[in-house]
Amino acid sequence: MTDLVYLIPLFPLIGFLINGLGWRTIPKSIGGIIGSLAVLASFAVSLGIFFEVRSGVSKTVTLFDFIETGSLHIPLAFQVDSLSALFLLIITGIGFLIHVYSTSYMHDDEGMVKYFAYLNLFVFSMLLLVLGANYLVMFIGWEGVGLCSYLLIGFWFKNRDYTNAAKKAFVMNRIGDLGFLVGMLLILYHFGTLTYSDFFGQLQNGNAPVSNSTYNWIAICLFIGAMGKSAQIPLYTWLPDAMAGPTPVSALIHAATMVTAGIYMIARSNALYNLAPAALHLVAWIGCATALLAATIAIKQYDIKKVLAYSTVSQLGFMFMALGMGAYTTAVFHVMTHAFFKALLFLGSGSVIHAMGGEQDIRKMGGLGKHMKITQITFLIGCLAIAGIPGFSGFFSKDEILGSTFAGNKAIYVLGLIGAMMTAFYMFRLYTLTFTGTFRGTHEQEHHLHESPAAITIPLIILAILSVVGGYVGLPAVISEHHMLGSFLSSSVTNLGLHEMEHSTEWMLLGISTVVAIVFSIAGFAANRKPSFAPNTGLSKVLENKWYVDELYDSIIVRPITAFSNILDRFVEKMAIDGLVNGIGKTVRWGGDRTRLLQTGQVGFYIFMMVIGMTVLFAISFFWIG
Amino acid sequence: MPIQYYIFLSIALFCIGIMGTLMRRNAIIIFMCIELMLNAVNLLLVAFSKMFNDPSSQIFVFFIMVVAAAEVAVGLAIIVMMYRKVHSVDINILNRLKH
Amino acid sequence: MDLFEILFWLLTIMAISCALGVVLSRNPVNSVLFLIATFFSISGHYILMNAQFLAIVNIIVYAGAIMVLFLFVIMLMNLNADVEPQKSRLVQFAGIISGGILFLVILAALRDARTHGTLEREATDIGLIKNLGKTLFQNYVLPFEISSVLFLSAMIGAIVIGKKESVHPVVSERNPHQN
Repeated sequence: MTDLVYLIPLFPLIGFLINGLGWRTIPKSIGGIIGSLAVLASFAVSLGIFFEVRSGVSKTVTLFDFIETGSLHIPLAFQVDSLSALFLLIITGIGFLIHVYSTSYMHDDEGMVKYFAYLNLFVFSMLLLVLGANYLVMFIGWEGVGLCSYLLIGFWFKNRDYTNAAKKAFVMNRIGDLGFLVGMLLILYHFGTLTYSDFFGQLQNGNAPVSNSTYNWIAICLFIGAMGKSAQIPLYTWLPDAMAGPTPVSALIHAATMVTAGIYMIARSNALYNLAPAALHLVAWIGCATALLAATIAIKQYDIKKVLAYSTVSQLGFMFMALGMGAYTTAVFHVMTHAFFKALLFLGSGSVIHAMGGEQDIRKMGGLGKHMKITQITFLIGCLAIAGIPGFSGFFSKDEILGSTFAGNKAIYVLGLIGAMMTAFYMFRLYTLTFTGTFRGTHEQEHHLHESPAAITIPLIILAILSVVGGYVGLPAVISEHHMLGSFLSSSVTNLGLHEMEHSTEWMLLGISTVVAIVFSIAGFAANRKPSFAPNTGLSKVLENKWYVDELYDSIIVRPITAFSNILDRFVEKMAIDGLVNGIGKTVRWGGDRTRLLQTGQVGFYIFMMVIGMTVLFAISFFWIG
Repeated sequence: MPIQYYIFLSIALFCIGIMGTLMRRNAIIIFMCIELMLNAVNLLLVAFSKMFNDPSSQIFVFFIMVVAAAEVAVGLAIIVMMYRKVHSVDINILNRLKH
Repeated sequence: MDLFEILFWLLTIMAISCALGVVLSRNPVNSVLFLIATFFSISGHYILMNAQFLAIVNIIVYAGAIMVLFLFVIMLMNLNADVEPQKSRLVQFAGIISGGILFLVILAALRDARTHGTLEREATDIGLIKNLGKTLFQNYVLPFEISSVLFLSAMIGAIVIGKKESVHPVVSERNPHQN
């Protein structure tokens, strides 16, 4: 079965080719079916591989030699082990649900077949990213998902704001990609290979001829790549803007899969990060800062998708906190549970937006629960999961993160706890404003309200079930000695020595998280029972305007560069280069005007000049040079 | 027989051809002088072929003849055309190249 | 002085004097006839050097086809000595001088050059049709084929150029609707 691993990316590629080449002629329903079936086929193969990996298989499948020059040897190979198998399941499983969801959600859109082509291309790239057995293949997938993200954010390209958001995402990602590329080249320079097994083998032998600072630099460069892709400070501003794309895209790309690529990459490079403590510190602090900053912003947003987007940024920050503590399996655990409940929340918000006829402002919603029960209940489950209410998946993974930070760095633990408080608060604010109370929109909208069709609700129900049970694969040590996910991943990921905690300490941490989650959930619910949308002042206004980070970037980066470019344009381009080029042109024309007088037009004269020239050349070559 | 004899003969024929092109105004005569120059070169090639015992240069002579024949066909057609236009083959009238 | 040298000098004198005749004769028809004589003497040189094939081709192609074409054009145009304009004395003098200088320069240049090979008198068979044919079709097939394309294009070009002009412009001038 593992030898068939190439089938996994192949199916979405075929789907992309069919839909992409025939998007003008293929009918909408067929396009959706092709796209969904391609991902379903990949999911089936992934399942088979997952069970085989569970029984202990782990191998590298080489398809062909990709680059072969001198001592450099980069094959196009796929790594089949527990880490990639888990990600395969997440990507193809959630990807399939979102494809099904999209068949209904995008049904009224003209470019639906094109949309499915992009979506399949995205799944293909993402699979390439997690399957690659060396950094280059990962990088190909990395760029591929960046491209698809760009294409899908700007899918409704007639709206200039949307295309600007797409460009912003693309440029921000490029900045991060540069870091990744530099990191890759550093690895290539110092270790002469990009293949994981060779590279990590050299690291673990400990006889690589490089210093500790080199490890840190490589790790930091790779982390810069992760910053761009996983929306961390300072490169996070693209993710909220990326909500311009269709909602299923936000669920698939900007919540469940692509943005977790950075976490995957760092978890994959665990051998490197274990040797780079400074880089790990940086990862932890950046993650912590992002988690807090994004959570504060999410409290005061009014766009349903923006709240979820900032929540995603915040949760990604939590994952990086765990990575920074060296608890890679914990981060991957949170990636998994987050993929379930965040995809659920996004799809639920998509259902709401669908019912509201495109309206995204929660100030105009309220009381939707009466009209759409399934959406309400599943959304509530998502909120409970992300808020960390005991029994739901988010509780276990978030608690594990907080536990690892408690063991590693108490300051980060406290900040993380504050982040968790805010998470519970803003999620229940969102839920309350959307689904309870009275409707605040127009009458036509209220008349239009309805539950979404089955293609939308069934994925919601499946994801809701997963959001509940997803956490039981990683029960805390005090409840169960056997951590299923941890032991599954242990073959491919080595955590940095986790401190064993006293059982009493662990009970205490669990208790604190539970109390915090419940109290702030209730607070979020109570504070927004009777909403008033007076204009914000003071700190609230700063939060509503996202700490003015976009404006800050605009004034310290964009404007100076624009001014500098204008100067270059005015003086270097217009005066120096244009002057040079035009000057050459003028000189040649002037010279031509003068030498034109030599041309008499008399053939005889030309022959005469030719003979004279010939004579002179002969004379020169034989009497002076020869 | 020293090879210089043939070299001198070829140069003499070539230079006579050049003098002809410079002295005459009749386009057809100039054309004929060019043929004369080509033949001078042919002669030299054949002499070298004999000296080095190599048939390749005779093949080149053959190709020169081929090209010359094609050239004459087109060239004479142009001269006929020109004569039809201006009723003269005097190259001094052909100063249109200036414009 | 054996027969070979006698023939060589005879042909040489004939070639040079006929070439001068081409340049100097006033009547174009005479020029053509002189040129044919020059070609005949050059063919004689070819035979002396055992290049029979080229000698024959030279006579057939040059003296036969090409020169007949020249003669034909000259007679078609009815050119003769009276019609042909003469260049001024000064220009003619300049032409002779520059040609002569070129001759002297090349001679002087070649005087010291390492060209002291000799031609064997013994008959070699490299110039025979059999040998040349083998070389031509073994080593030079592609140029040979390309030269046929050249001929074809030259033929078409000659027809297109030499064709009478169409009368359409005249027709449009006489268009009654324009009056």
